[in-house]
Amino acid sequence: MFNLEPSEEQKMLQDMTRSFASEQMRTVAHECDEACMLASGFLDRAWALGLVSAAVPAEYGGTGFERSAVAGALAAEELSWGDLSLALAMLSPALFTIPVLKWGTPEQKKALLPLACGDSHPHLTAAVMEPFMLFDPAGMRTAAVRANGSYVLNGRKCLVPLGGTAEKFIVYAARDGQKGYENVLGLVVDRAQPGLTIGGRERNMGISALDTVELELEDVTVGGDAVLGGEEGMDFKALVSASRVALCALAVGTARAANEYARQYALERNAFGEPIAHRQAISFMLAEDYMEIEGSRLLTWESAWRIDAGLDAFKEAYLAKLYIDQVVVKVTDDAVQTLGGHGYIREHPVERWLRNGRGFCCFEGLSIV
Amino acid sequence: MISFEIPSGVENVSQMFRNLAMEYMRKWARWADDHEHERCTEWVDFMWVFAKNGMMGPMASGMSRKKKEGEQKDKHRVKYQNLVMAAAVEQMSWGDAGLYLSMPFMGLGGAAIAAVGTDEQKQRFLTRFSTSETPVWGAMAITEPGAGSDSAAIRATAELDEATNEWVINGEKIFVTQGKSAAEDSNGVVVVWATRDRSAGRAGMKSFVVEGGTPGMTVTKVEHKLGIRASDTASIVFEDCRIPFDHVLGDPEVKTGFKGAMATFDATRPMVAASAIGIGQASLERAKELYEENGGELRYGANPNTLGAAERDLMLMEAQIKVSRLLTWKAAWMADAGVHNNLEASVAKAKTGKAVTWVSNKAVEIAGPLGYSKNELLEKWLRDAKINDIFEGTGQINTLVVARQIFGLSSKELR
Repeated sequence: MFNLEPSEEQKMLQDMTRSFASEQMRTVAHECDEACMLASGFLDRAWALGLVSAAVPAEYGGTGFERSAVAGALAAEELSWGDLSLALAMLSPALFTIPVLKWGTPEQKKALLPLACGDSHPHLTAAVMEPFMLFDPAGMRTAAVRANGSYVLNGRKCLVPLGGTAEKFIVYAARDGQKGYENVLGLVVDRAQPGLTIGGRERNMGISALDTVELELEDVTVGGDAVLGGEEGMDFKALVSASRVALCALAVGTARAANEYARQYALERNAFGEPIAHRQAISFMLAEDYMEIEGSRLLTWESAWRIDAGLDAFKEAYLAKLYIDQVVVKVTDDAVQTLGGHGYIREHPVERWLRNGRGFCCFEGLSIV
Repeated sequence: MISFEIPSGVENVSQMFRNLAMEYMRKWARWADDHEHERCTEWVDFMWVFAKNGMMGPMASGMSRKKKEGEQKDKHRVKYQNLVMAAAVEQMSWGDAGLYLSMPFMGLGGAAIAAVGTDEQKQRFLTRFSTSETPVWGAMAITEPGAGSDSAAIRATAELDEATNEWVINGEKIFVTQGKSAAEDSNGVVVVWATRDRSAGRAGMKSFVVEGGTPGMTVTKVEHKLGIRASDTASIVFEDCRIPFDHVLGDPEVKTGFKGAMATFDATRPMVAASAIGIGQASLERAKELYEENGGELRYGANPNTLGAAERDLMLMEAQIKVSRLLTWKAAWMADAGVHNNLEASVAKAKTGKAVTWVSNKAVEIAGPLGYSKNELLEKWLRDAKINDIFEGTGQINTLVVARQIFGLSSKELR
């Protein structure tokens, strides 16, 4: 029944991710962003939380907890409050593992899931986006053409998280170049596959600590057994929704970080003899942003809950993302504005949050609950 | 455990009121807007029978709040009472917000009694809403010519005449929703905010129940308004208006007055938001229909940069309504759970008042000349929607409430 109170288990997850975010992410976020690299040992420390392997059934070596999109959204918000680059990095193996768990054939599960149950961060990721304007996941240009029981892949992918070090990818491609979600295939591609070129590290406006790459696929040929779900295929539309919910939660965490920081600053910064928070020009702006964050979180949770309840969440997740992509830009921009010149220099984190927040409107498939 | 599953009780009430709105409200909507200050008797009589047959269900006992220790269990109290009420209010406002406000009902005055009155006061003042032969209204009188959002500046006074143990009320109230219906046209109840001691500021503020027809209470004016014209908005003058001592709500002592009175807003603000959402939903649905009749398509899922301007607006309108509804339900759900919801009630009200004004405006814009024409209800919904960003605290006042809370600032620090 209608209830907005997280369960005891969900609260534990929230607490765990929140303390990890403040102890292991906030502390290094600035340096990582400046150096354009993750902190040494970060991925393994994050992996030790067991966020991804928890969902893998015990028979494949995981913990076998029940998977829930709501729990995923709660964790994602806390982690991106810590830092978006680091959150996307530590969650990237889920982009590989969750689709296998959900749609993989028994053989694929047996072969691939144990890879995500070791002691250290597994080098697994996925490639969804393409470097073209007006990219639409239902109209990919990367094609998988069937030939003699194999699939031949051609196309370009971009913003592949931790692609530079990944051993295996799920590459999404349009079956025989056809449009529509129902024609999207997920194909497991090895790093060493002939025809696959892993580009250099991309340079983006934000998420700088995250290593993202472009992939070029030139007649990459994989067997029929590389197709996720085999003959049955997968529900790519559901995957897109689960990804949008994750991105919404990450956007909420980013916005919350910026709003909290700006509010604190406004209480400490004096002008004309009193804190600037005493002025409605500042406090109303930040109060409105607070309300938008509250609303965005509920929108995210509702879509996540629909996924868990087995209801269609496609429209809800799309609308949530459409809305929250705007909220996160406004909130992070207002945070920079609150700090004025101090917000523009890199000593304060708000400019980083604005650069990160700006990314959401072009992200698809970069994370998953 | 986080869940958005709508309780079946809420769903049933929602369905029932949607049907009622469709059958009995939409058909009078334009007439009532065109005939300001006339009573839509068919609607009022119908609703009175409906209410007396117990069809208003849990709404009859008003909105609930956290129970004080040792307080009797309210037999009318049901689980999800505020959520049920929010659903009913939304659907009726989808039918017509003016008619919803004008129905014979305890209104905000009754809600205040239900929220802060003693069991005995509830019995005495609220029973009439289910037993009277003829329709009865309730109203709340706060605003004065010189005190709107700044309710601490209220000048109306209540003096205790110790000889007769009566309160003597003097002052002028304006913008009283259903004030004429409650004070003059029925044996209703008007909850009046007045100060026991002007020098005490907010602490002196108390609310008092004045029954319809009490000598000394006179309706002096009924306003002509932008929207919600089916509902009367009255000026009421109190001249040595005498009421019994036990008509004071809450603790009669001076020291704790204002807080108790303000607490009723925590229950009523989400309901104003729910009403706004009903209007917004109506605007959205009609604008979508016209858009689709005109061959337009809503391509949910498409890259946002490929959407048409109207298509994108319609989607954002839908998202705005969803956000508003979720925030409102959160505030109502907290009230049902007995959790303090002052912040959330103001968040819901501030966000929704603004969002729905925008949504109904966009609906008129998208429908073009059809939206502007009185052949459609879109222009009326825009006029009706606007009040929700004004009454029960303007958007700015509610934003101020939110800002003070999240910054932890007092009303002296953040003015």
